[in-house]
Amino acid sequence: MYGFEPSEEQKMLIDAIQRYTTNDLRPAAHDADEGGFFSEDLIEKGWELGILQASLPEDYGGFGEYSAVTGVLAAEELAHGDLAGGIAVLTPGLYAMPIFLAGTEQQKESLLPAVIEAEWKPYTAALIEPRFDFDPNDLKTEAIEFGDVYLLSGEKVFVPYADQAEAYIIYAKLDDATQGFIVEADAEGVEVGKRQAMMGVNALPLHKIKLDKVHVPMENKLGGQSSIDFEKILSSFRIATASLGVGLARAAFEYSRDYAKDRDVFGVKVAQKQAIAFMLAEMATEIEAIRLLTWEAAWMIDEGKEEAAKYAYLAQTGAMDMAMMVTDRAVQILGGHGYIREHPVEMWMRCGRGIASFTGLAMV
Amino acid sequence: MIEFETPKPIVKQQYLLQTVAEEMMRPHSRYFDEHEHEIPWDYINFMHQAMQAVGAGSLAPASGNGDKEKEPDDKKKKYPPIGYQSLAFMLEMLSWGDVGIYLVTPGGSLGAAAVEATGTPEQKKKFLARFQAEEPAFGAMAMTEPQCGSDTSAIRTSAVLDEETNEWVLNGEKIFVTAGKISLEDSDGLVVIWATIDPSAGRAGMRPFVVEAGTPGVSVTKLEHKMGIRASDTASIVLQDARVPFENLLGSPEIPKKETKGFKGAMATFDATRPLVAATGIGVSRATLELLKELLAQQGVKIRYGLPRQKLTSVERDVIDMEIMLESAWLMVIKAVWLADNRKPNSLEASMSKVRGGDIVTKITQKALEIMGPIGYTRDHLLEKWFRDAKITDIYEGTGQINRLVVARNILGYRGEQLR
Repeated sequence: MYGFEPSEEQKMLIDAIQRYTTNDLRPAAHDADEGGFFSEDLIEKGWELGILQASLPEDYGGFGEYSAVTGVLAAEELAHGDLAGGIAVLTPGLYAMPIFLAGTEQQKESLLPAVIEAEWKPYTAALIEPRFDFDPNDLKTEAIEFGDVYLLSGEKVFVPYADQAEAYIIYAKLDDATQGFIVEADAEGVEVGKRQAMMGVNALPLHKIKLDKVHVPMENKLGGQSSIDFEKILSSFRIATASLGVGLARAAFEYSRDYAKDRDVFGVKVAQKQAIAFMLAEMATEIEAIRLLTWEAAWMIDEGKEEAAKYAYLAQTGAMDMAMMVTDRAVQILGGHGYIREHPVEMWMRCGRGIASFTGLAMV
Repeated sequence: MIEFETPKPIVKQQYLLQTVAEEMMRPHSRYFDEHEHEIPWDYINFMHQAMQAVGAGSLAPASGNGDKEKEPDDKKKKYPPIGYQSLAFMLEMLSWGDVGIYLVTPGGSLGAAAVEATGTPEQKKKFLARFQAEEPAFGAMAMTEPQCGSDTSAIRTSAVLDEETNEWVLNGEKIFVTAGKISLEDSDGLVVIWATIDPSAGRAGMRPFVVEAGTPGVSVTKLEHKMGIRASDTASIVLQDARVPFENLLGSPEIPKKETKGFKGAMATFDATRPLVAATGIGVSRATLELLKELLAQQGVKIRYGLPRQKLTSVERDVIDMEIMLESAWLMVIKAVWLADNRKPNSLEASMSKVRGGDIVTKITQKALEIMGPIGYTRDHLLEKWFRDAKITDIYEGTGQINRLVVARNILGYRGEQLR
């Protein structure tokens, strides 16, 4: 059967997130973007919504079960509030989710409760590398076996909260496949660089890290002895990026729509001009298209469909164009006002371009 | 629940339809493209028999009240309604076969859809029965006139009640009537003619009238020669004192003061048919993309999914973008018909799916030809035919622009006079 309506439980979660984004996250977004950070209280409040906690079972400290569909709904709603804030709230999932999806039973039992049962803490991950053609399936960061440890060497960028990290998942190439490694914050050879200055998501601290022969005990390879199916993790990254793009685009669409209905031009409202109305119609259509594609990919992941990875890829690829198109037009609809930082659309446009490079910043 | 599992009965139906498309349509695509106005009777007779066998008389799914005897069954099984979904899948597959030939599928098509959307239960019973008769019959809907296309409120075709005989007398000219000839001259079909019963009332005066084959005063005056969908006739119909019984007016003859009820009937028809037309665009798109990938594979090009764009070739990037367009547009069609099946308002989603469907089928067919270069441009392959067939998707059943207008009014909460 087909179905396009979230379940009652999902609706309750969405409502809770909406209350948070409306009352807390969105009102703080502008100052956070200018000032460079969100208050800990604000992020903690988002964490207490229990998005990650509800997607892990009780055995590991959670209170629900994993659902990629619920995950994309939640990520979309958070990004609708604010992209940087949404990623910040979801950051511990960068560490917990791969352990849950690909870790050994022992890794899950020993590592997950500490993340899930505590307040928000910067557990994080490092995937992205400083290359124009960065490819998660062809990492330059390498792991080599050295006696009873792995040695990790390479360079990572866009690592959220790296300077305060409790622990990382670091992805590296091992025998020609991407594998994950659980790395302690104080591991020798991990050099956290300065915070990266970015075009957007300025409220989210992102760092470079350098890895110089970082010793990782064998048992800290994600999945232990057996190699993990990285595609599964990658798909989770991909649909997260796609849904963040959808949420961001929805915010930009709604704002420019409301502005166009309010602003007078030649004796009518701006929105009464077809040039603008058609732009809005196309934005809404594009958002809906990619939203459904993202939902379908998430549903395929939940159902274990063979084509899930391909669809996650399509959703992510579609989302990068959609987010740029919609956020660009939102600025255009506001005209000169769109370019002024008093309105949020220019911030969303800066975020919009980021969607193309953010696969690795969030997981659902 | 959010889910995307194709219902089992539809999966079964699609197996059969794929065979029809492969055996009855594709082998004849080129012939009927090059012999415009010849009628593919083999396909028609086959489809008619097949549809009789499964009890699917009319192409339009029952909207509920006309089809009461079926409902208890549905309720017993607690099976959610999937009538429009089945239809969307069916049209997608038949159009994957050949969209021109699909357009002469017996069963009433848009004419039956208009009867379904605007008729009373008695009218549905009366007018749709012909589609279950022994001989195949066709239906059409006539809206466009020489002086007006998208601006349907400017319709001049008039209907005047002759109170003595209790008949409506219709006068005017309709053009661009898809399947107009086959409905009126080559079968015992019908055409739903939109006419005004009060020219001063604008849209509020518009009403749909059923004009049956053989009605005196109705004549097919011209057949268009088209860029594509050549297996399907596009007719001009002249009505000269054509008389139809009073009860051939679908719905109510009263003109409400403020509302635009007549026009709303037309719009209700479109809410039902627009996603279906979009579905035909999806079928053409899928056919194109499949053949494109096959031809590329023959030349040693395999699409590498999963790579960042920076590592893809231009051709791979185009193909992947086409897949994104295709799959997302299809999901929008399904959502629109799913809403209709579940009796939820779908005006926004119906028009959105049509905007997207019309956009992507033109883009995909155009890009496929560009990619295949000199191979694509020849008539050796069907790619060039599908390119020509595709364009109509963005035109009929409301142009892309009219549908953008509908979407825009919906998302802005504007009435027609606020956004023209």
